[in-house]
Amino acid sequence: MLELQGLTKVYNTGDKALSDVTLSIPDGQVVALIGPSGAGKSTLIRCINRLVQPTSGSATLDDVNVTALGSAGLRKARRKMGMIFQEYALVERLTVMENVLSGRLGYVGFWRSLFRKFPQKDVDEAYRLLDRVGLLEMADKRADALSGGQRQRVGICRALIQDPSLLLVDEPTASLDPKTSRQIMRLIVELCTERGLAAIINIHDVALAQMFVQRVVGLKLGVVVFDGGPDDLLPEVLTDIYGEEDWEATIEKVDDEDEEV
Amino acid sequence: MSAALEAKLGQAWKKPPFISNPVFRWALFIGTAVYIIAAFSGIEINLDRIARGWARGWEFIKAFTEPDFTSRWKDIYKGIYESIVMTVASTVVGIAISIPIALGAARNIAPLPIYLICRAIVAISRALNEIIVAIILVAILGFGPLAGFITLSFATIGFLAKLLAEDIENMNKVQAEAIKSTGASWSQWINYGVQPQVMPRLIGLSMYRLDINFRESAVLGLVGAGGIGGTLNTAFDRYEFDTVAAILIIIIVTVMFLEYLSGVIRARIQ
Repeated sequence: MLELQGLTKVYNTGDKALSDVTLSIPDGQVVALIGPSGAGKSTLIRCINRLVQPTSGSATLDDVNVTALGSAGLRKARRKMGMIFQEYALVERLTVMENVLSGRLGYVGFWRSLFRKFPQKDVDEAYRLLDRVGLLEMADKRADALSGGQRQRVGICRALIQDPSLLLVDEPTASLDPKTSRQIMRLIVELCTERGLAAIINIHDVALAQMFVQRVVGLKLGVVVFDGGPDDLLPEVLTDIYGEEDWEATIEKVDDEDEEV
Repeated sequence: MSAALEAKLGQAWKKPPFISNPVFRWALFIGTAVYIIAAFSGIEINLDRIARGWARGWEFIKAFTEPDFTSRWKDIYKGIYESIVMTVASTVVGIAISIPIALGAARNIAPLPIYLICRAIVAISRALNEIIVAIILVAILGFGPLAGFITLSFATIGFLAKLLAEDIENMNKVQAEAIKSTGASWSQWINYGVQPQVMPRLIGLSMYRLDINFRESAVLGLVGAGGIGGTLNTAFDRYEFDTVAAILIIIIVTVMFLEYLSGVIRARIQ
């Protein structure tokens, strides 16, 4: 259970990126966060795991107030929040396996991680996850040898091996082609269901969001302006969030054909 | 068609000047021209002196056709050996000290006070020329390779820490952020998020510095800081140009070999 209480972020430049965001996301719920560029979507998810320090307000995950933690406590809390990035953010010169295992860094000591001597159960879990996303045979390839869709799957494995209770997903499909985008979204949502994870997914593609999530939150200039089911996203709502446009084609239901993941 | 477009049509287009203030721009052009003219007219050419020196220079060049490796071989061997030991030791020690300083001198990972201290160390190391440091150290420690070793280690810090810090500042921030978001500690973050990104540059710079340190070690001998430069200086003092030629050939071949080696290594680590 994630609870955001009056979360506000004002950057040093004086830009108010988030103002008084209050949200509650129960376990197992997948929420899409939509809004125009610069609305504060990235800032919001980064304020939750404090890659960005919120100015005021609180983020509470499973009764731990993340905003108030010191550095050791923050590291512990971050283990419970897996993050998936827009440009995959794999460390390109490390192997796929090192990238996946880096998700365990919060659990193992420095020397073990320096010599890549991860506990056997972590290694087994890494293999299991890579197998689940269909990349088992790529384990010892360098991350920069993979295609975009493959990299994003490795990114998903890295987030999941943390054994998180929340996934923070920042534009997972922005750099992918339409088909791969759907496969990745489907994979993320399936894995959240399998593991009962809550997730916040920043996404530009409204139609894609509607296909996969149970709840949509609209953000505009740092303020929550919409919170409802995917079917409540009417043209008026999108106009409110993004500004005037013809929305009929965007929110037309797309048939969900079967693609292998 | 809008009025703004109407006004633009038919007008020639010119790239806006780099310096927009015309007074400043022309002052800069004219100032540069005046300086160049003044500088060239300030060169004194003493034809008489050149005529006399030419013969001596020719003597020196002729010696390259018959270099003498044998008669002073013991001294040459000792000098080269000392230079190589000095080069390798100072490069290794210099790199080991540079890495933590580079981390501290990268603004994106170090807090401001540490950043300022590390930048100050880099600035001091770069401001003091090797020869000056060597002269001071020879005065303190006496003649010999110890002074040269410390000089080169000190110079390596300024070079490597600065360039490595710049590479760290240019790293891909999101990759490092991803490691941080897993709950990694600071040292794990450096090891997984930063180190892989800067490793090729670190290896490349280290090889380059090895080659610079060898060349410098040849010069440092001239002020008494040990190595092949000392042997070279002695040979010059004795007017043994054939031995000088032999030493210079050895230095050139070694530098070229190091250059080739670093090229091969840098190509392989991409």
